[in-house]
Amino acid sequence: MLKISKLKVQIDKKQILDGVDLTVYAGEVHVVMGPNGSGKSTLAQVLMGSPAYKIESGGMTFGKSDLKKMTADKRAKLGMFLAFQHPVEIPGVSVLNFLRRATGQNIKTVVKFRENLLEHLSSLGLSEDFLARSINEGFSGGEKKRNEILQLLTFKPKLAILDEIDSGLDVDGLKSVASAIKKFTKHNPRSSIILITHHAKILEYLKVDGVHIMVEGKIVKSGTVELAKEIEENGYASFWGEKATPESDSGQGKNKQILI
Amino acid sequence: MNDLQTIDYKYGFAKAENYFFKSKKGLTSDVVREISAMKSEPEWMLKNRLHALDIFESKPMPQWGANLNDIIFENIYYYIKSTDKTKTSWKDLPEDIRDTYERIGIPEAEKNFLAGVTAQYDSEAVYHSFQKQWEDKGVIFTDMDTALKKYPEIVKEYFGRNIPAGDNKFAALNTAVWSGGSFIYVPKGIRVDIPLQAYFRINAANMGQFERTLIIVDEGAYVHYVEGCTAPVYTTDSLHAAVVEIFVKKGARCRYTTIQNWSNNVYNLVTKRAWVEEDGVMEWVDGNLGSKVTMKYPSCYLAGRGARGEILSLALAGAGQHQDAGGKLIFLASDTSGEIISKSVSLLGGRTSYRGLVQVKKGAERVKCNVRCDALLLDEQSRSDTYPTMKVDEDNVTISHEATVSRIEAEKLFYLMSRGLTEVEATSLVVNGFIEPIVKEIPLEYAVELNRLIQLNMEGAVG
Repeated sequence: MLKISKLKVQIDKKQILDGVDLTVYAGEVHVVMGPNGSGKSTLAQVLMGSPAYKIESGGMTFGKSDLKKMTADKRAKLGMFLAFQHPVEIPGVSVLNFLRRATGQNIKTVVKFRENLLEHLSSLGLSEDFLARSINEGFSGGEKKRNEILQLLTFKPKLAILDEIDSGLDVDGLKSVASAIKKFTKHNPRSSIILITHHAKILEYLKVDGVHIMVEGKIVKSGTVELAKEIEENGYASFWGEKATPESDSGQGKNKQILI
Repeated sequence: MNDLQTIDYKYGFAKAENYFFKSKKGLTSDVVREISAMKSEPEWMLKNRLHALDIFESKPMPQWGANLNDIIFENIYYYIKSTDKTKTSWKDLPEDIRDTYERIGIPEAEKNFLAGVTAQYDSEAVYHSFQKQWEDKGVIFTDMDTALKKYPEIVKEYFGRNIPAGDNKFAALNTAVWSGGSFIYVPKGIRVDIPLQAYFRINAANMGQFERTLIIVDEGAYVHYVEGCTAPVYTTDSLHAAVVEIFVKKGARCRYTTIQNWSNNVYNLVTKRAWVEEDGVMEWVDGNLGSKVTMKYPSCYLAGRGARGEILSLALAGAGQHQDAGGKLIFLASDTSGEIISKSVSLLGGRTSYRGLVQVKKGAERVKCNVRCDALLLDEQSRSDTYPTMKVDEDNVTISHEATVSRIEAEKLFYLMSRGLTEVEATSLVVNGFIEPIVKEIPLEYAVELNRLIQLNMEGAVG
């Protein structure tokens, strides 16, 4: 479904993505892990069509569509979704208003829409007045993540890219987000997920089809959940060796201790 | 002809045979006399007009604010009876205005009126039932011409008290040649809970060049008056110099909402002022969307202890437009309070300016006032300026001012577009969110039309 091949992206002469290869089929859940600065978030943003990045070379296709030619909104219409690591505030626009606009709400579907919405809110431990608040304005870190998941559940995308959806959550927050994702996969078995994370913890709740380690703009190793457990125990240090030469201008050398 | 008689009744034109009248071009004392005679006005009003004409001629053009140097006073007709206004044929109407009507969903009948195709909006039945409701409570809602005839004592008592002819050149002009406008009197303790809309009395006189509006809200009463509309009003009149005087008595409350969208050839120069007595509340909601130039600073004189004034100002300036707007709060008594919130959006080279005054007289203690002005620039060609003035002569007060200027960050657009909104939809949504604190105070029908109008404007601005 999603095929990324040899994707290269530069910013200010820095090579952020250095030939990423990844394939995700319908219904699969893939995890991308890696140290800070490895380019995970950039990959997520580039996939979704952020205007901040220019593709140097390589390709991305989703089904038959060439993503490189498409603006973010067109990619969303194809069925892609990105849960932002740092969700953006839009003052004066309520969560409800936003969700309705994005789903093209009309008068016929409004009742069912509202019912579903209330159900999702409740499963995320959010009250109804959440809908009246301006998107992300004054939201705690946990609320921002929950708002992203609320959108995931509402839009039901074919491919969901979740950029560090688990960061900044406490134990309960993590549980409720994880179970929401699990529920999503259950109700949308043909939908795929790319989960970008530092922690292996969230993987305890999900069935995972592939774990990929990203270091300095490239996926250096792919494996199963076991790979994630290995990272938990040993860190990323051993993976520097997988790359031909660690680039020194990124400031990250073999000796740097990476904490998960 | 029935139509003629109906109009005659509404406006109280004394003589049916003087029906078709247009003054000569230009402004002279003869023209002023003609106007007064046409309306069969009392002597004092004629004197008023002539005195104002002298003041108008002696005052220089203001050189601050927007550029008014293209106004040619000699080329203007200062008085045309409503039904004589040259009717536009639908096909003469500028295409962008026609398109806008379609896009924001203006009903057929309104379209024709707004385009100047017909001079009268057919709202007879609605108007009359409304009228009965008010009359029974002692509320007077009529046009100024009629008010001068039917209630001369009240008019004489209040006319020009807030805004004398000498106040500024355009107040003088208005005082000399005023015609039409609304007169509202709300008796003690009466709360008119449905907004009184010029809408129901839409006719060319209410959208005249030199409207004069007078509103008196007696003790403990409440009224909300709404004028204008989001749909662009096409007019060949190039100068609109209106005056609005409001008197809010003890414990009373008045809200005056304006949504102005004059066509892009109009100079819109308006003086609006409210005098607020003890514990009274005045709220100005001022939306400036159209016109070539607007200069308008609704003000509140907080004259009684505990009085409050709020000014919400919204300005949208597109290509070739300059909205010079804001407000004035003058605190004359203790324990008074006020707030000014100004939101402006500039695009395609448009220019918005916030011009405001907060003045606290010595002896006015424990005054609390906050001013917030936010400007949004949608591109590099557009411009926004702030000219806030504070004259505070008392120490025991709390006055604050916050101002921001911003662009729409690419991140915001990306976030919204990643949810399937096009760039136009995303930009409109951000703009709507930006102006939301003001739009939520505007009656719903206007707010809906306003949203569509913003989207229309964004289409021009984006991509």
